[in-house]
Amino acid sequence: MAQDAPQQYEKYYVPEQSVWPIVGAIALFLIAVGAGNYVVEVSKDKSGYGAYVLIAGLITLLVMVVGWFKNQIDESMSGLYSAQLGRSYRQGMAWFIFSEVMFFAAFFGALFYARVIAVPWLGGASNNAMTNEVLWPGFEAMWPLVSTPGGTETQAMGWLGLPLYNTIILLVSSVTLHYAHVGLEENKRKQLTWMLGLTILLGCIFLGLQGYEYVHAYRDLGLTLQSGIYGNTFFLLTGFHGLHVTLGTVILIVLFFRVLKGHFTPKEHFAFQAGAWYWHFVDVVWVMLFFFVYIL
Amino acid sequence: MSTATDTVNTNPDSHGHDSHDDHHHHIPKGLMRWVLTTNHKDIGTLYLWFAFIMFLVGGAMAMVIRAELFQPGLQIVEPNFFNQMTTVHGLIMVFGAVMPAFTGLANWLIPMMIGAPDMALPRMNNWSFWILPFAFLILLSSLFVEGGGPAFGWTFYAPLSTTYSGDSTALFVFSVHIMGISSIMGAINVIVTIFNMRAPGMTYMKMPLFVWTWLITAFLLIAVMPVLAGVVTMVLTDKYFGTSFFDAAGGGDPVLFQHIFWFFGHPEVYIMILPAFGIISQIVPTFSRKKLFGYASMVYATASIALLSFIVWAHHMFTTGMPVFAEMFFMIATMIIAVPTGVKVFNWVATMWRGSISFEIPMLFAIAFIILFTIGGLSGLMLAITPVDFQYHDTYFVVAHFHYVLVTGAVFSIMAAVYYWLPKWTGRMFDITLAKWHFWCSLISVNVLFFPMHFVGLAGMPRRIPDYALQFADFNKWISVGGFAFGLSQLIFLALVIKACRKKGEKVSSQVWEGAEGLEWEIPSPAPYHTFDTPPTVK
Repeated sequence: MAQDAPQQYEKYYVPEQSVWPIVGAIALFLIAVGAGNYVVEVSKDKSGYGAYVLIAGLITLLVMVVGWFKNQIDESMSGLYSAQLGRSYRQGMAWFIFSEVMFFAAFFGALFYARVIAVPWLGGASNNAMTNEVLWPGFEAMWPLVSTPGGTETQAMGWLGLPLYNTIILLVSSVTLHYAHVGLEENKRKQLTWMLGLTILLGCIFLGLQGYEYVHAYRDLGLTLQSGIYGNTFFLLTGFHGLHVTLGTVILIVLFFRVLKGHFTPKEHFAFQAGAWYWHFVDVVWVMLFFFVYIL
Repeated sequence: MSTATDTVNTNPDSHGHDSHDDHHHHIPKGLMRWVLTTNHKDIGTLYLWFAFIMFLVGGAMAMVIRAELFQPGLQIVEPNFFNQMTTVHGLIMVFGAVMPAFTGLANWLIPMMIGAPDMALPRMNNWSFWILPFAFLILLSSLFVEGGGPAFGWTFYAPLSTTYSGDSTALFVFSVHIMGISSIMGAINVIVTIFNMRAPGMTYMKMPLFVWTWLITAFLLIAVMPVLAGVVTMVLTDKYFGTSFFDAAGGGDPVLFQHIFWFFGHPEVYIMILPAFGIISQIVPTFSRKKLFGYASMVYATASIALLSFIVWAHHMFTTGMPVFAEMFFMIATMIIAVPTGVKVFNWVATMWRGSISFEIPMLFAIAFIILFTIGGLSGLMLAITPVDFQYHDTYFVVAHFHYVLVTGAVFSIMAAVYYWLPKWTGRMFDITLAKWHFWCSLISVNVLFFPMHFVGLAGMPRRIPDYALQFADFNKWISVGGFAFGLSQLIFLALVIKACRKKGEKVSSQVWEGAEGLEWEIPSPAPYHTFDTPPTVK
């Protein structure tokens, strides 16, 4: 960075104007207005335009993402980028992933608080005997909280079976993606293509099994989003994780088609690296989930 | 420890008028220049104007609050509307005024201070600005939703925001999401710019303190804005999707809301003051004509404050019935913050000590900042004492405390910064007479406004209530008078800034202020559209 001598300085590419950010801003505006109205309409069971605005926003966002990325890829392919710009992108991606970690941290924090503090206190732990006796008589603290103070009953999701298979699938997918990356760096395009394709396949299987698990939870276990703090943390954590896997899979699919078109070189493949980082991050979140949500 | 400022060697080619470079030599015109821009100076200007407009909008809401509180009893607005005003006033001032103003300053100054051609990710920079006006459009329009806008206080405690809130809550949640996205992208841009775009020779310990404080602020932003996003999401699902994160009947806990919110909220407080520390650390040495007394200690103090900010959140919650051990821990951790903050205050005072001080407008604001912010800091220490906080909690004493640190702290520092760098941006000296009027009117009125709040607060006047007991009437009358005067004083500022933007006034040199040092004072005034296309060398 700073130690480069001035004569070695490459020009930092500063794009001139761009239409995509404002398109993205309008997209987020439509999504927020649409979702804000749609949620209220659904909860009050009345009709309205919220869903249409939301869909319009999502389509606009899609247009923005495609346009912006196309712009970005064209610039990259025409050699406008420098090593310094590549560092900017990598650092930007790393800090973005850190922000995602903190987003999940909020939900893990809620899970830990509920397990270690809220539920035991409702059961009379610490100095809360009267809370239990007066407000929630007969409530016994337990985790998973299958019987809430308010009287909702549910069943816990075990960790053997589907969740364990899913853990193995995601861990293997991280390995296959790593070998795809190795293939890219060693210019073994066949290994790259196959391993990347295998990773996408594993991601899709994971999502399918996760969907099946949700059906199982709702239909057989009576475990729903409304079944108290256990169901809340279960569905929000696994749900947001699932959304991230979906996004990660889409990213990998885009990368796959770029690989087929011959993009990326052993030295320059920021997009691939960013996608891979994202996938590994999603994987680590799952391992945490498996441990804290399913096993413990 | 030497700062970058004395040893700069700029390459004459880097002065920005790059007529030899056809990629860069024209400045786009019209509205679309601002909508499509990727230029850090344009985006900085947009942020600053947006923040100023929001400051006036949020200020107008404060005027409604003070008009209602001018005398006891309910006379002007309905209680529910009063609650909407306190809520949206707080949200706008925090997320719409102070934070965007600092981001605007970061955009304008950081590339010029470290010798970078622009921010590292210019298109994302545009995006992070332009989603903000939309977020506030949603928030403000939610005031007109059936049942009214958010009325649960800017802290949106559950169950006020879940069980007892109106239909506008969903819009509130999504607008906060967008504000968060904007802040995170802005912060990523700042960090990457500082890590990756410094001119050769601009080592970390040579960076101007404004850059340092913003680097640490950006880290805080990325760490806690996602937590805010998480907690508003839980509010959304609790209200509309039947979850019970904050409902004991489902095994949750309303206090959990406060824990997550303040885990975001306390670092947020420092997000709004660390850049202010940076600004004051730039201004005081200039007008004292001395180096900053202890550069390295300032950097370490800033970092310590930032780290401590993660382990003090529950001092906002002393009355929620936490175990005594937790109360003690959070009390002591909070008080420890006084140490690095004291390092800063003594640093500024020691910088002024035996300096050749002159009292230009930025310095007036900086000195007012040091004194008045310290008052706010000391009342913060009082609030940190757990047993005493049981008396102060949710009274006007708290309101007095955080307005001293946020108005006479953050806002005064922003005004100091605008006066300090405005000549660099416009190339002209602003109207000094108007500026003096602005300073003295603001200084006197702000103290009439906030100082008596300490007294009514200690006497037990609760905050966020549109009516109050008769014994508080006299003080409240004066508080309102101070409030109106402070509000009107800001119109002087508006007139001054408009005048400056219309290029009235004497031309200034590139250094502008006699004692000013740093890369931004070596480029011409007004700063050219593109600066440092070729990085300068800092020795």
